[in-house]
Amino acid sequence: MMDLLLGGVCKAGESKKLETGKWRSFRPVVDRNKCIKCGKCADYCPDSCMEIKEDGAEVNLYYCKGCLICIRECPVKAITKEVEEK
Amino acid sequence: MEVKELHAPGHRACPGCGCAIAVKIILRETGPNTIIVSPTGCLETFTSPIRSSSWEVPWIHSLFENAPAIATGVLAGLNSQGNPNGTKVVAIGGDGGTYDIGMGSLSGMFERKDDILYICYDNEAYMNTGIQGSSATPLGAGTTTTPVTGDSFGKMVEKKDMVAIALAHGVPYVATASIANLADLKKKVRKGMDNPGPAFILMLTPCNVGWGYEPEETVELARKAVETGLFPIVEFENGNMVSALKIRPVPVEEYLKPQKRYQHLFKNDKFEDVLKAIRKKAEDNIKKFGLA
Amino acid sequence: MKGKTAILEGSRAVAEAVRACRPDVISVYPITPQTHILEDLARFVSSGQLKSQFVRADSEFSAASIVYGASAAGARAYTASASQGLLLMNEVIYAMASTRLPVVLTAVNRAISAPITIQPDHQDTMSLRDTGALQIHVESLQEAYDAHVQSFRIAEDPEVLLPIFICMDGWVLSHSYEPVTVFPDEAISEFAGTFQPVQKLDPAKPLTYGSYADQDVLMEYRYALMLAQEKAREKIRSVTKEYKEVFGHFDGDLIDTHRTEDAEIILVAMGSMVSTIRAAVDELRAEGRKVGLVKVRTFRPFPEEEIIKACGKAPLIAVLDKSLSVNTGGILATEIKAAFYGNPVQPVIVPFMAGLGGKEVNRRVIKEIVDIACRAGDKQGPRGDTIWMGLDHGFFS
Repeated sequence: MMDLLLGGVCKAGESKKLETGKWRSFRPVVDRNKCIKCGKCADYCPDSCMEIKEDGAEVNLYYCKGCLICIRECPVKAITKEVEEK
Repeated sequence: MEVKELHAPGHRACPGCGCAIAVKIILRETGPNTIIVSPTGCLETFTSPIRSSSWEVPWIHSLFENAPAIATGVLAGLNSQGNPNGTKVVAIGGDGGTYDIGMGSLSGMFERKDDILYICYDNEAYMNTGIQGSSATPLGAGTTTTPVTGDSFGKMVEKKDMVAIALAHGVPYVATASIANLADLKKKVRKGMDNPGPAFILMLTPCNVGWGYEPEETVELARKAVETGLFPIVEFENGNMVSALKIRPVPVEEYLKPQKRYQHLFKNDKFEDVLKAIRKKAEDNIKKFGLA
Repeated sequence: MKGKTAILEGSRAVAEAVRACRPDVISVYPITPQTHILEDLARFVSSGQLKSQFVRADSEFSAASIVYGASAAGARAYTASASQGLLLMNEVIYAMASTRLPVVLTAVNRAISAPITIQPDHQDTMSLRDTGALQIHVESLQEAYDAHVQSFRIAEDPEVLLPIFICMDGWVLSHSYEPVTVFPDEAISEFAGTFQPVQKLDPAKPLTYGSYADQDVLMEYRYALMLAQEKAREKIRSVTKEYKEVFGHFDGDLIDTHRTEDAEIILVAMGSMVSTIRAAVDELRAEGRKVGLVKVRTFRPFPEEEIIKACGKAPLIAVLDKSLSVNTGGILATEIKAAFYGNPVQPVIVPFMAGLGGKEVNRRVIKEIVDIACRAGDKQGPRGDTIWMGLDHGFFS
């Protein structure tokens, strides 16, 4: 078990390879015209899926579990939900 | 897209987890020169599966009842080697590990005045094992071990007052914080870290699975808990209250009604006394801490 | 090397050894009869003779957890306990062994409640025998001192990395006074070296300790403990040998033997009782009886091969136990019987309960055991009923 260390100790940050986005039933969609780049969605996201880019928030769908807290907390209602197509 | 949080994504928290929001924000403030200690619980389970740890800082879990003692040991270990980089030790535990099974160990850590920041993420029940009642479960809340049936209205007694317990130990920095006010949470984490000696921060972290609400409402419910007066945002230094977040009180029903664990209180008049007691709790808090 | 010989209390002998090994962190919770060790170490630290972090704990559970955290942070860590305290530590010791944290623990053996008692026996450490921790039983105060000096190097060896218990009988060893040869702290420190962890909690290289695992690796981590205890065998042999070379003392490695060469009956025991048996064996030999002794020094790792070899062709073995697995008998005897399974030489093994709950075991009792064993030798079935020495049968009528 070369990837494991002694005594059940393991390396840092290896969760990043897990695609928790597969859990999602709904996906958040950002309207960049409305986004004011306040960063609230990024702060409140439990899964660190929101990045504030120059033209607005971008969702990292690799990790987004679709909790939709970002929609609820967006002060300008720039985010809406869409049913995830499987 | 590269994520640069010290609490990495890919962790296995339920969608909309209040604790996961808190931990990400806490680590932004602690920075990388920190060792985190956690007892058994949701946080431990969703962050530490072997080969998929979400911790980018050194982290240690040992057992359910000993996180404060482990933290003390880690600190003693650092100090014995001179701790040249001034590494800090922060413990983050749930209400089960804090209010119940870890209480003796936490009391020891407080009494010894160990320089550790202990943060409790309080979701008011044993969520990891399937929503059993803890001593942090509030009056009237239904859980699998405080069931709502017949004359039983869920938890029949008040929750334990952890802030008072910390203060009674002479803990020099004691505060409450909310995931609905992240700037305040960060500020308090900073103060707790900088404070020499023990510090205790209590956070209410709503749990959609255990409380019975839609995942998107997590932050909103944390906010309502504060606005009703049920979860006062207060801060004590050396036993003196130095800040209390002012609120324009809203009725407790705005907090209680969206949650399944309180639904029975609104379906049967015989529980009116319980609702009254909860309202009184909010009023007492508002009066006691001068919130309004 | 020449040391200074002084009349010391057993607890003091332990504290002297621990001080010289310079643990970085000490955390102990008081329990009789371990407290004198704790008090001596507290005084050494407060007077500046020992530069350790000395942490008062709120329970044995916390004391074990504090040294656990310290060890994970890369510190040399020491604790001590007894009886109920060891039982309270049980959960922590399991996790400590599996997390491969080499804490040194003095186990001052004391019986278990109820009724509550402070009498000595081995029930406490036996209850922790499956944790993965190493267990060395000592028979004298000198050996208590020697074994503590050896223990840090054995536990902290990169191929071992397991907690180690130095087990000493309460009162008989912890509170008695004997001449003990103590060596200069500098010489002991040099022998004990310093802890060089292969991994630790360190922001420069963040690691996750105490992760959650499932069936794909859980058995593997238990098996890893088996391998580590095998490595510990070699380490115990080499460290005790080196100790003999440097300090001139040898108390046995995994076992010790006394007059086993041509013995027709061999007594097997652990702890302070061994010294009594030594004297009894000499007296019996003087009477022309061919009696020998095997001291089991390391209960973990269990020295099957050494015991079998030492017993040679002896047709009769009497095992003296101070601990009980209810319904199956003495725990040491059970393990000895298992060790002989499939061995070409099949001695008759007679199990004795001797000293449980502090029942007296003196030379007279030892001689009685030899006589009973010799008589029972022919009649013992494959299981062999345990013979309870000094049991008051009137108690049950």
